Amino acid sequence: MRSEMTAPARTWRRLQFFFETKLHVRMESLVVLLIFCAVMTWLSPFFLSRSNFANILLATSTIGVLAIGATMIIASAGLDLSLGSMLGLAGVVGAAVAVKLELPSIFAVLGCLGAGALAGFVNGILITRLRIPAFIVTLGMLGIARGLALIIADGKVIYGLPDAVVYLGQGRPLPDLPMPVIIFIAVAVVAHYILAYTRFGKHTLAIGDNEGAARATGIPVERMRLYLYTISGLCAGLAGMLFMARVNSGDPTAGIGYELTAITAAIIGGTNLFGGRGSILGAIVGALIMGVLQNGLNLMAVQSYYQQMAIGAVLILAVYIDQFQVQRGRKP
Amino acid sequence: MTPDTVLLKISGVQKHFGAVHVLRGVDLQVAPGEVIGFVGDNGAGKSTLMKTITGIYRADAGSVLMNGDDITHLVPGQRRSLGIEMIYQDLALARQQDVSSNIFLGREPVKRAFGFLPGFVDKAKMDAEAQKMIDRLGARIPSIHRPVGMFSGGQQQTVAIARALTFNPKLVIMDEPTAALAVREVESVLNLIRQMRQEGIAVILISHRLNDVFEVTDRIVVLRQGQVVADLPTAQTKMAEVVSYIVGAH
Repeated sequence: MRSEMTAPARTWRRLQFFFETKLHVRMESLVVLLIFCAVMTWLSPFFLSRSNFANILLATSTIGVLAIGATMIIASAGLDLSLGSMLGLAGVVGAAVAVKLELPSIFAVLGCLGAGALAGFVNGILITRLRIPAFIVTLGMLGIARGLALIIADGKVIYGLPDAVVYLGQGRPLPDLPMPVIIFIAVAVVAHYILAYTRFGKHTLAIGDNEGAARATGIPVERMRLYLYTISGLCAGLAGMLFMARVNSGDPTAGIGYELTAITAAIIGGTNLFGGRGSILGAIVGALIMGVLQNGLNLMAVQSYYQQMAIGAVLILAVYIDQFQVQRGRKP
Repeated sequence: MTPDTVLLKISGVQKHFGAVHVLRGVDLQVAPGEVIGFVGDNGAGKSTLMKTITGIYRADAGSVLMNGDDITHLVPGQRRSLGIEMIYQDLALARQQDVSSNIFLGREPVKRAFGFLPGFVDKAKMDAEAQKMIDRLGARIPSIHRPVGMFSGGQQQTVAIARALTFNPKLVIMDEPTAALAVREVESVLNLIRQMRQEGIAVILISHRLNDVFEVTDRIVVLRQGQVVADLPTAQTKMAEVVSYIVGAH
């Protein structure tokens, strides 16, 4: 640390170090989240309430689960543009299993997860075995999964899910704590543990940081990538299940453009766009920033077009702050 | 050399990249604790040969034996666990990860978190061992908790060397370890090589700096157009002779 630094700057630097190394979350994104919450509290009397926070968390849960997949992929210097389409496909498959095939609810859930994981697995196979760039493969899957969803659903929304499935989207086992939020938190805890503390996570970051070095030290890079794209698909499948259960239908157009929101959440949370650095907790903070922003603007009855602009601006600002630190030599 | 004094034995190794015949039947033997200088012009096949030893490349023909066992078909991770380490010219470091993460890359020790959660990387143990190894090398590094991308070239070199030495290697391949270093740092790398010889670790030193090669090696092997054209005891040769082999004038 340089000696000419002032005391507050030094404290700030120490806090940053603590949050980044111990909690794996970027200090700046936490501060931005708190500032947003403070501003929204000031602007709207309805913001600071239990039920409103439950709303924010509920709205964040679907995107949050997608952002978990996006974070894992981007941390490994990969890219998954098919997240939103896989979400749509998973919801339709789950709804079709329950409504058209009239199978028990558990198969609807498994159908969602399986459809997502399978699509992600296909992505992984094409990327690692046929060596097609991830950008192209997942862009292709964006079209294929969406088309398949529309074919399975015959272009229409599938209604009439069994109660047990709907409970996963609308049930409240605790007051003001909807099921999707509970599922989201549980998945986030597991994913954070995996990325931050296990060998799988360390190897994911190493591959994203320097693929050649990872390969030279014996990390099975191709197999890891296959796992990661499958996990990404599985996350999309789970998000599809949550979405389907929450709106009580299988909508083949669900999740259009969600991949961009999920990637934005990951980047705002401090994941390096070029790999090597990434945090699930950070991505969740990123998703919450967007959730709070949208919720606050909704409460103030701001048109949704402006909300999209605001989120775009936050994304650019987050990457700017990151680049600023790289240029200042604070980050490699 | 009798069979039990041969650590590594390469026989008839060939490697093609498309139409380019990079290695045209290379034979080489390395004894434990032997320091071999590996020289040759750019494109002679030095790096390719080393990568077929570490397993990054697989030989198209020929065999690689370690302590008499055929390792030709093993992947890099398996060869590392047999004691073959390589320090790459570009150092092969993950720049955004800290020192211990780099030293233990691919071999992180694990424990059970809270007594039951499996696969938890034992970071405390990694940090302690990393600090020990850095101290042993007598290197000065600001903090092992910083990402290695923030270090100077010499400090990064230290991390790469520490990674190679942490797991009791039998053979360490160094690809141009002194090319990017300051004069003082070069001397410490050469001292390190001498120390490794005393500990019975074989070293293959690839370098364009013939002064360095003459200073620390027992034997100098010259590669030219994918073949070994000379294998000379360092004490019985001169720089002019080695150079003439390198350029093909001998």
